[in-house]
Amino acid sequence: MKLKNRIALITGASTGIGRAIAMKYAQEGAHVIINYIGNQSVAEEAVEEIKGLGGSAEMYKCDISSYSEVENMVDELVAKHGKIDILVNNAGITKDSLVMRMSIEDFQKVIDINLNGTFNTIKALSRYMLKERQGKIINIASVVGITGNAGQANYAASKAGVIALTKSVAKEFATRNINVNAIAPGYIQTKMTDVLNEKVKEEILSRIPMKTIGSPEDIAKTALFLASEDSNYITGQVINVDGGMVM
Amino acid sequence: MIFEKVKERISDILGVDADEVTMESSFMDDLGADSLDVVELIMALEEEFEIEIPDEEAEKIQTVGDVVEYIKEHTDM
Repeated sequence: MKLKNRIALITGASTGIGRAIAMKYAQEGAHVIINYIGNQSVAEEAVEEIKGLGGSAEMYKCDISSYSEVENMVDELVAKHGKIDILVNNAGITKDSLVMRMSIEDFQKVIDINLNGTFNTIKALSRYMLKERQGKIINIASVVGITGNAGQANYAASKAGVIALTKSVAKEFATRNINVNAIAPGYIQTKMTDVLNEKVKEEILSRIPMKTIGSPEDIAKTALFLASEDSNYITGQVINVDGGMVM
Repeated sequence: MIFEKVKERISDILGVDADEVTMESSFMDDLGADSLDVVELIMALEEEFEIEIPDEEAEKIQTVGDVVEYIKEHTDM
């Protein structure tokens, strides 16, 4: 087991990619904290699923776009467990529309959760991780944070921000044995992409050299690598997991 | 008293022998701290003495004496 006795906090972990990462980490021996905001019963289900497989998990409700809530969560969790070894910033939302039609609120909301939320958890946890002199931070970005995407100005900007945040924090924390990396998923089968219409899906698939859609499990495997000792000499990197979509 | 407490925190965070720490010690030049160490130390001292050291003041802090003076001026100790 690659993550034995590790404590991992994963934001937005009740469904989709976050849940797959939580499952994977739990299978590798980590105690997993499933952060969620909306749906308590789905979060409970995720915890039960992990426990059912002999893993260890708990859930914690927190709006990561609020720094005070994040600070409370991190302080409480560290008081309870003594430390948090792995932070996965996965929580994210989309509110797609063309710029001309995009409301100020929809732009702001996506930045607040995807980018500010990532900053908030890193900031709140940094003092503890720095003290431990070890840690793994994995930020879930997106290939559209590299390429841009029509209809996703807010989402793409937030994910580009996450990438630059990743590199900056990686530089700041490097001497403290804290690895900070990002994963940029391409087209992955989740609720977020299920809502796309067939034409859009076909169009995306045509741009993927491997011609298939990825699964949350594909992201989870990379997230495991970045959380494990196998990646100790890697920091400040963005790993695209996208079937070759962006090269 | 303040100096003793500050010395303890410095020794804690920078991993140096408390006896090495004098009022004249420069954090970076004498005690081997990097910029992140200094930030960690200032945050720890803010917590310990229940004060807030604004960034523009924190930037001026070079030596142990600087920080002890600042704490003296901003607490009742």
